[in-house]
Amino acid sequence: MTGVRVILVGLCLATPTLSIVSIPSFAGDGTLRVAPDFTRTDLEGKTLSLRSYRGKLVLLNFWAAWCGPCLTEMPRFAAWQNTYRAAGLQIVGVSMDDDAAPVMRVYEKYHLNYPVVMGDAQLGERFGGVLGLPLSYLIDPDGRVVGRYQGELDLKQLESQIKSLLRRP
Amino acid sequence: MKHTAMIAFHPFALAFILLSQSGPALAEHKPAASIPTVDLLQPADLAASLNSASAPKPLILHVGFRKLYTQAHIPESEYVGAANDDAGLQLLRSRVAKLTKDTAIVIYCGCCPWRDCPNIAAAYDALHALGFTQVKVLYIADNFGDNWVNLGYPVTKGS
Repeated sequence: MTGVRVILVGLCLATPTLSIVSIPSFAGDGTLRVAPDFTRTDLEGKTLSLRSYRGKLVLLNFWAAWCGPCLTEMPRFAAWQNTYRAAGLQIVGVSMDDDAAPVMRVYEKYHLNYPVVMGDAQLGERFGGVLGLPLSYLIDPDGRVVGRYQGELDLKQLESQIKSLLRRP
Repeated sequence: MKHTAMIAFHPFALAFILLSQSGPALAEHKPAASIPTVDLLQPADLAASLNSASAPKPLILHVGFRKLYTQAHIPESEYVGAANDDAGLQLLRSRVAKLTKDTAIVIYCGCCPWRDCPNIAAAYDALHALGFTQVKVLYIADNFGDNWVNLGYPVTKGS
């Protein structure tokens, strides 16, 4: 089991970017309008492409094991993934840790039920810069960024927004 | 009281707890609030001194995380390593080992909100323990993006 985990962690680190397809689109004020696509290997060893979640509402969460507020959010994210999966919500975690080992520990400790990939500076820059955590983006089924949340989230408010977006035809 | 409770622990239980804690702790750190206010440096003040040709230039050390530093950091600042673990602290100690104790040093991180930063207090304490007397800490209330980059202060990127 440990061997498998080492291989998976190695895969995550060895293949950080398999392809980058779309070009990020920024508004005049610098805000991200369209989420840039990326393809990575997640902690389970599966290939994850952000574009493959088109048609779903995506909560893209940049986090790290050293980030206290990030860890506070995670149990709620896992609960949302269960509650709203059928309605079309997909949560994706991007760890900005330098090392995958603590990420895997968090992944297991919090029983995360959504995919997590390892991020890097290049990916951060494509999202306009991940210069502090936590940072989350809400991406609509067409790939448009409909929300950017820097710092500790108002989880109640975000859940209301998620429910509202999921109800849209 | 806490000490008494530890003694009452069964030795095997204590050993189990210690073994189960192997590896870096998750999000445990000394709070940044422990740093004396007098040693805090506001971003606007540091930016002004960087833009001034006559102001003395301190040694600026980044004690946070590599992936954040690579995306944006203060020009001329050096990446040392995350001070939330022993390896990072050792890198910090090595970097300053040959400096005189009155060297002006500014440390910063900005990885997350001030009260949650796992690095900055540890780095401050380490420098003080080494006897450095001119250590200032850049006060980043929310994160480096909001409190430095987005305010138009000098920035560069790369590792």
